[in-house]
Amino acid sequence: MKFGGIWRKAGAWMAAAGMLASGVASANPQPWQLNLTAGVTDTSHKVYAMHMAAFWVCVGIGIVVFGAMIVAMVRFRKSKGAVAEKWSHSTKLELLWTVIPVLILIGLAWPATKTLIYMASTGSADMTVKITGYQWKWRYDYVDYQGKPVNRVGFISKLDAQSDRIRQLGSGLDPWSAKDADGYNDYLLNVDHPLVLPAGVKVRFVVTADDVIHAWWVPQLGWKQDAIPGIINDQWTKIDEPGIYRGQCAELCGQDHGFMPIVVKVVPKAEFEQWLAAQEAAGATEQAARTAQANVPARAGQG
Amino acid sequence: MATHAATHDHHDEKPEGFLDRWLFTTNHKDIGTLYLVFAFIMVCIGGAMSGVIRAELMKPGMQLVQPYFFNEMTTMHALVMIFGAIMPAFVGLANWMVPLMIGAPDMALPRMNNWSFWILPFAFALLLSTLFMAGGAPAGGWTMYPPLVLQGGNAIAFMIFAIHLMGISSIMGAINIIATILNMRAPGMDLLKMPLFVWTWLITAFLLIAVMPVLAGAVTMLLTDKYFGTSFFNAAGGGDPVMYQHIFWFFGHPEVYIMILPAFGIVSEIIPTFARKPLFGYRAMVYATACIAFLSFIVWAHHMFTVGMPLGGELFFMYATMLIAIPTGVKVFNWVTTMWRGSLTFETPMRWAIAFVILFTIGGFSGVMLAIVPADFQYQDTYFVVAHFHYVLVTGALFSIIAAIYYWWPKWTGRMYNEKWAKFHFWWSMVFVNVLFFPQHFLGLAGMPRRIPDYNVAFADFNFISSIGAFGMLLTPIMFFFILWHSKKYGAKADARSWEGAKGLEWTVPSPAPHHTFSTPPVIDDSALAHGDVTH
Repeated sequence: MKFGGIWRKAGAWMAAAGMLASGVASANPQPWQLNLTAGVTDTSHKVYAMHMAAFWVCVGIGIVVFGAMIVAMVRFRKSKGAVAEKWSHSTKLELLWTVIPVLILIGLAWPATKTLIYMASTGSADMTVKITGYQWKWRYDYVDYQGKPVNRVGFISKLDAQSDRIRQLGSGLDPWSAKDADGYNDYLLNVDHPLVLPAGVKVRFVVTADDVIHAWWVPQLGWKQDAIPGIINDQWTKIDEPGIYRGQCAELCGQDHGFMPIVVKVVPKAEFEQWLAAQEAAGATEQAARTAQANVPARAGQG
Repeated sequence: MATHAATHDHHDEKPEGFLDRWLFTTNHKDIGTLYLVFAFIMVCIGGAMSGVIRAELMKPGMQLVQPYFFNEMTTMHALVMIFGAIMPAFVGLANWMVPLMIGAPDMALPRMNNWSFWILPFAFALLLSTLFMAGGAPAGGWTMYPPLVLQGGNAIAFMIFAIHLMGISSIMGAINIIATILNMRAPGMDLLKMPLFVWTWLITAFLLIAVMPVLAGAVTMLLTDKYFGTSFFNAAGGGDPVMYQHIFWFFGHPEVYIMILPAFGIVSEIIPTFARKPLFGYRAMVYATACIAFLSFIVWAHHMFTVGMPLGGELFFMYATMLIAIPTGVKVFNWVTTMWRGSLTFETPMRWAIAFVILFTIGGFSGVMLAIVPADFQYQDTYFVVAHFHYVLVTGALFSIIAAIYYWWPKWTGRMYNEKWAKFHFWWSMVFVNVLFFPQHFLGLAGMPRRIPDYNVAFADFNFISSIGAFGMLLTPIMFFFILWHSKKYGAKADARSWEGAKGLEWTVPSPAPHHTFSTPPVIDDSALAHGDVTH
């Protein structure tokens, strides 16, 4: 379709411009950042293109409307001798500015619908991760990978100790002092155990919560998803570029709502598989130890 | 003619004694004044809370308050501003102006009018008392989403009863306005000749009656979930937390228009006056208002695009939401066209009205962007949303209220205000309100969630700027109060027709408006109406 083609091209151009503007693939929040991140997934690029399309439409309409207002305010001043005309009606004009906005909105709704359909297709994922929101931390459980169930890999991910010390009321510690290995200030955007994901793999997330509603949001992935007790939502992503992607809880969830960040660490596939195997092994060892421990007092009781 | 009738009211004796005059009043003008004074006090209280919020957010790190108290402030700031300031201010304006604009001697139900006002101080005494309770005020956000809100202490019960009282007050006020407009118009004041302020309030009143009971139902279910073991919204008991959001926003979205339609009416009165030209497209304005009111009932879920609705639901609510841009656009285009080839002067009310059109439109633009669901997945619950709704509520609703007060002040008090100081007030507000809210767009886009008390240093610069704007804005109520106090005491005498281009029945009675007006109905002269001859 020609129409869609134009939008795709415009979208790609805008996404490229956005990448250029925001600089690097790290794309975590930067000082003086003005615009949305273009992100690191196909989804986030499409979302960014929609954002920019809507933005430019608004700029265009703004120029026309505010321009007309400024011209009116300059030209039709009583102090300049302007005499008011009497007309107060024009069917033609009114039809015009009803129909043109309808066309503009259809022009926006069309690509938005296509993007939305694309984003809703959570099927045929190579991997599933369950995300559970707690006050005020996240739990990640690896459910399956490449069609095989993962054996007991799951952990809690919460605000890192350094940020937690600094953020206490009257701590006297300097938020600017919190830096990661690359010199990026990760104050309130760092966790003890990041979610580790493989690059280039379609990951399906199932998202829920244990106590109150939270929202899982990493801007570089292009979406956020509410985590709601009693309900399981699903979402997906496929990140090609290894890196550290940071986000935060986006739904008010109580006093420490501002202190439950999200960090996604994307590593090459091979490295991920190694990591996953190590986690599975560690989990199995721990499980065995726990079983052994549980059995000892039981026998002692019998004796 | 009408002046003649009005000055023949010899019953201008206001009741003597403070209690008789204010507590037992059934006079629409006095009750209007009470509403406006109440709203002003609430603006100051809500503004002080926003001062706490912006002071804490001025720098990264926690300097002033505990996170839980910060959440109490965001929650109470919203409740006080929405239910205590904006809504009562509009009701106050309706009380003052609707009877004057349609040639009625008073509101249709004066005793109920008294009651609907006097409920409010008690409602807000209940709500604000929670700040001093053990466990603190409600801190789950003004949207009161369960399960979070139910974790609060007994303050929740006080909040719910306060909301019930406000709801009763609003519903009675709305019934009164509808009854007045439908029954008490002077002969010849046909529905399609009514000033736009009257039209927008008529439609607003129907919205109020439709949705305030829905809010009452929602908060009552919260109450029984908390205290009586029901599980409407408790997943563990078979309930659904998302159902609350659907019910709440079925109230909440029309509520948004309850706070903006009267503003549209005010601006539609002021711009023709100072353009000296009839309002462009009067009928289109009326139909656009009705259209917005209808659409407001079918777009509620755009507040909850990220809860995990099915694709079809997302699409429906996206399309319906985008449709709102059409009638809203018609309104903006009509205001601009009203100014086109007029004879413009820029007295203070006109300045606020023009600022309203420009800044409200900016809020409308971010509204269109928020309607695009894929993009909303990024914007939802960020400072971009905070910027959006403050542009429509502060530079939209609040600016229109200030415009209205400057516009009708000479009619109420018989005194002009000091134009130079009023212009200073305007430019000061204009600069600082944008310093306050515009950078919040950038913060949201860069990834700062809303309702957080502390943030990464990447967000430090724009938060600092925003806080500077907030402190500038905090001075404006003091300025406004001083200007009005000075005018009341020392202002120049105002003419009955206080503005050269002012049309409409309210300008046919003397300034200040006598205690009783239009005891005999005025004769309507079509060409003397603000929007001119609308027979075509």
